[in-house]
Amino acid sequence: MTTQEAPASVYRSREGLGIWEHRGKVAAVGIGHSPTARRWDNKPETSVGAWSILALRRAMEDAGVTPDQVDGLVICPVTTTGAFWPDDKPIPMDVVNAFNPTDDPLDGIAKLSAEWLLKNMPELVNVKFTSYGPGCMSNAICVAAQAVGDGQTNTCLVLKGWHNFEGRYYQGGAAAADAIPGTSAISRLWGTPASYGTALQFAEYCRKYGKHHDMMAPFMSNSRRNGLMFPEGYWAQHRPEHLTTEDYLSARWIAKPASLFDNDIPIMVCAAYLFTTAERAQNMRQKPVYILNHAASRGTPRSLTPTLDEVEAETASTGRKIYEGAGITADDLSFENMYDGFSLFHQFHIEGLGYRGIKFGEALDFYQTDISIEGPNPVLPSGGNIGSGRSRFWMHTDCIQQLQGRAGARSVTGVKPEIAVSGGPMPLGGNFTVWSSTPG
Amino acid sequence: MVKQGVIPDELTKPFWEAANEGRLVIQNCTACNRLQHPPAPRCGACSSGDNLEWRQLSGKGRIYNYGVVHDCPVRLLQEDQPFNVAVIMLDEDPGIQMFSHLPGTPPDEVPVGAAVEVVFEETANGQKVPEWRIAA
Repeated sequence: MTTQEAPASVYRSREGLGIWEHRGKVAAVGIGHSPTARRWDNKPETSVGAWSILALRRAMEDAGVTPDQVDGLVICPVTTTGAFWPDDKPIPMDVVNAFNPTDDPLDGIAKLSAEWLLKNMPELVNVKFTSYGPGCMSNAICVAAQAVGDGQTNTCLVLKGWHNFEGRYYQGGAAAADAIPGTSAISRLWGTPASYGTALQFAEYCRKYGKHHDMMAPFMSNSRRNGLMFPEGYWAQHRPEHLTTEDYLSARWIAKPASLFDNDIPIMVCAAYLFTTAERAQNMRQKPVYILNHAASRGTPRSLTPTLDEVEAETASTGRKIYEGAGITADDLSFENMYDGFSLFHQFHIEGLGYRGIKFGEALDFYQTDISIEGPNPVLPSGGNIGSGRSRFWMHTDCIQQLQGRAGARSVTGVKPEIAVSGGPMPLGGNFTVWSSTPG
Repeated sequence: MVKQGVIPDELTKPFWEAANEGRLVIQNCTACNRLQHPPAPRCGACSSGDNLEWRQLSGKGRIYNYGVVHDCPVRLLQEDQPFNVAVIMLDEDPGIQMFSHLPGTPPDEVPVGAAVEVVFEETANGQKVPEWRIAA
């Protein structure tokens, strides 16, 4: 079976599409997570392939589904956090040969194919639909939700795995070269780290609205607090340290005004969900969480980097698409779990949503109010990437767990968890899902 | 600070050749009368690749925004940290941006909105690159 990337037409990227045709007819039921690690320890059993298998098996078990009942698999084939296998580094054949390999020896180590997974999960005997939702779990969720709704698969596993190797983030490769190709040189000669673009947008935001970086501190502390109540997360498992205002404000700069803590920590981790039809979900082990809509942002900047005007226009459009397809308004949201890695763009997402009525330029003031899980206006109850490490899926797991009533210590208590939104990554370029405790 | 060298490719060769001659050129779609940067094989507005030309510009612009890089991934620039990376918007079309280290401007002392003019700096392999200095 050859697995193809899902076509662009799968994604609901335009306004005016109306209510999603499968609103409330697709449900998430099972969740499976691997452990987390800061970096790979070079053992077969902790490779991204092995942990992906672990997450998939846990998701099936959680849903109460046997492997032979699964007929679909949607994954993200790219697994890097920014670390690539160096060209001159020998392939670890002991790891390759610990599994059933594909033609690519780095499959399961520095990337992941559906073929590799199916070769190494012989129990998945009835998978007839496979697809790639490249990028993030947010993409894969959209692809899987649409596929289940369209009837291409009835019981579908959705997976995102991340690998992280030794070495500094995004260093090596072209960054270590003496010369680089002309096309990439036009934007890369100036040596900017990954958070630079977001830092620029944040700087412009602060100038326009009279805000400052210190105002992010309550959001950062709240995110880490929530993350420490996420037992699947990196900080909870390995470094159970709260992030105080003093910690945040004294952190070194990466690309001022983005500091160390505004950058999410790259980790190894995998997660899987089990999606099925609303009808089939009634007979599974966990309470179904219904998908009311999926929406996509495909905005691109006019030139090298998005301006604040471009960011705000796109997040507003994304908000309209999210609400239109789900048939809801901002008032219906119990909470939000928009993306945060980098922390400095979370406010763009929630201002675009008009979460709790906030308008452009108001989110940092909103952060100074009660945004805790106990209050009436929870902000990012998952804690996101800031709270649990770079996965881009904590926000989705949290939505499902909150609406299932099994978010544990992280459960929102100031609101009744009924409808939530999650997604990302970027203000220009992301995928978003609306979740509901009822079919609507 | 010396930037990485540049290996001009087919798409960007005219841009880099002009830089070596001390000229700033930007891709322009003659059908749309619209500049675009970074260069692309097709016009971002009309999607045609048949009407693209390189237009010489004045080399004048303004500082639109900036950040200060303290943790640079590029090995050659790490000893120069921290340094400014500003976004310049061109006078002929403020929608067109170029990056700049703003040579001569101390880190984090960047006058947003100030007028700048292009200069051409040699990179590590001798290829020249457009840079920007605050206008006198």
